[in-house]
Amino acid sequence: MAEGDDPVVSMNSLRAAQDASSLTAREVRKSFVSPSGSPVLALDGLSLSVRAGEMVALIGPSGCGKSTLLRLIAGLDTPTSGELLVGKERIAGPSATRGLMFQEPNLFPWLSVRRNIQTGLVARGVLRKHRHDVEEFMRLVGLEGFADVYPHQLSGGMAQRAALARALVNHPRVLLLDEPLGALDQFTRMRMQDEVLRIWETRRATMVLVTHDIDEAIYMSDRIAIMSPRPGRVERVIDVDLDRPRKRSSPRFLELRATILELLHFAGQVENGSQ
Amino acid sequence: MSTEIASPPAMATEDTNGKAAHRCEATAHGFAVVSLAPPLVAVIAMLVHKLVPNQQTFLRTHLYPGLLQILLGLGLLLVLLQWAWRPSRARIRYYSPLFAGVIAWLCIWDLITLKLAWMPLPYFPGPDMVLQGMWDDWPMLLDSIYRSLKLLLTGYFIGVACGLCFGVLIGWFRGARYWGLPIMKVIGPIPATALTPLALLMFAEAFNSGAAMIAFAVCFPVTMLTMSGIANVPVSYFDVARTLGARRLYLIFRVAIPAALPSIFIGLFMGLAVSFLTLIVAETLGVKNGLGWYLVWKKGYAEYDKVYGVLVIMAVFFSSIMTLLFKVRDWVLGWQKGMIRW
Repeated sequence: MAEGDDPVVSMNSLRAAQDASSLTAREVRKSFVSPSGSPVLALDGLSLSVRAGEMVALIGPSGCGKSTLLRLIAGLDTPTSGELLVGKERIAGPSATRGLMFQEPNLFPWLSVRRNIQTGLVARGVLRKHRHDVEEFMRLVGLEGFADVYPHQLSGGMAQRAALARALVNHPRVLLLDEPLGALDQFTRMRMQDEVLRIWETRRATMVLVTHDIDEAIYMSDRIAIMSPRPGRVERVIDVDLDRPRKRSSPRFLELRATILELLHFAGQVENGSQ
Repeated sequence: MSTEIASPPAMATEDTNGKAAHRCEATAHGFAVVSLAPPLVAVIAMLVHKLVPNQQTFLRTHLYPGLLQILLGLGLLLVLLQWAWRPSRARIRYYSPLFAGVIAWLCIWDLITLKLAWMPLPYFPGPDMVLQGMWDDWPMLLDSIYRSLKLLLTGYFIGVACGLCFGVLIGWFRGARYWGLPIMKVIGPIPATALTPLALLMFAEAFNSGAAMIAFAVCFPVTMLTMSGIANVPVSYFDVARTLGARRLYLIFRVAIPAALPSIFIGLFMGLAVSFLTLIVAETLGVKNGLGWYLVWKKGYAEYDKVYGVLVIMAVFFSSIMTLLFKVRDWVLGWQKGMIRW
């Protein structure tokens, strides 16, 4: 297990938060060896920049390296070549300033909801100072009253809320969402989209959202980056020029939807929602 | 906002408890009479003991009838309790047939030995004789229990401590795995009892050599299961912890070990079972006291009543310790409830 060598408070200089939480990927390549032994090129010269406080959705066919890119930004993997920057700083390992939320809640089953959410504070040794944050985040995601419940007692949606609160507890400047709502039913998912948006609007974190759901991408993000099939590259970036709060049935919404569908056809594949 | 399809916590826990209670109730329902079985069987056993003539020549004591009287009293008490105190009802009715079965088993034992002499003395004494043997030797038995417990716990805890350390090291560090795993795989399967000569050589004191043998026996299963538990922790748990700012110590002690606990407990149970075996062998070979030594000693004098007596005590002794470990597991792994059945 490699250790994170990017200390949590390494960026304690009082630079403008704006600057410090933008994301830049320059010509990122990532190859790895598949279980059968052959080398696989997951990302090939991917470039993307995300402004501070912006929400960008990544969309593309299965296996195009969306999750790989998120893992690279999180610092869990290192790129084979190319450059990944947060603000002006190179990403050199995981950091509590960059939160990551997976499709599975991945809650620790041996900890109660409260203690799951506290994880980030305990790991950094600042629980005493920020204990009140835990209550605040539990309220924020609507889990008050469930503090002492164990994960196996939660529904899928509630577990994902707990995972969201856990990812938020360190006040990350960048929040990476890897299909966080993909495993939820349609209604729960739409409700959670509103909640993530509400949290994003109040916290103004930079967010990168990987999704299979074109509607979700249009509904939530400022810009949508469409990726090519493997090896992944950003094929096209679309501005979502819709006012918030957005209407899922507005003509412009449907127009954007048609454009993206077309683009994905153009890329040779239809996104069908499977992973 | 939180109108989601999930039962609130109180309901969730009540549901699991309720289900168990319901199962209990279902088997006992309509069997109010069942709680009368233990006292009834106790009376039968007393009559058998009193009325059927003895065929094994044997001095009659009051211990066995006394025991039956106690069991009768207990049975009657439970009948009253389940009648008067409703919450105890399901449980008492559930266990009544078992309790009656135990008394019936005593009665059958009494019949085929003392009464009908189907089994020859001195090898197969009746319950009365075994009770008498335990009664006569109680200071010695008490001392043996104390010494066995001391030896067992010393060896077990040393073994568990070593096993946990080795398991975590081998499970976590690549270098420790490279060197440690082959060593464990080659040396670990040696039965600890085969190391008796070596243990006796290395430790001047018999107690220490016994404890070392038990520790060795316990160490292997604990190491292997701790190691495999840690190696099988889902990588996603580490990924989550690392993005939350966790460093290596946190990953080992707050992620890997808790996640491996279910597996570690299997190792602890296997270690406990093998420690019982090793304890008895150690006591018969080197250590000149304890329950195992008492057993062999009494067998040497053909005092089989006392051999059975100490076997009864061993049964209670070992099963109590096992039960204690189960309780510890239930307490530590309470978070698993509902995920797996046990």
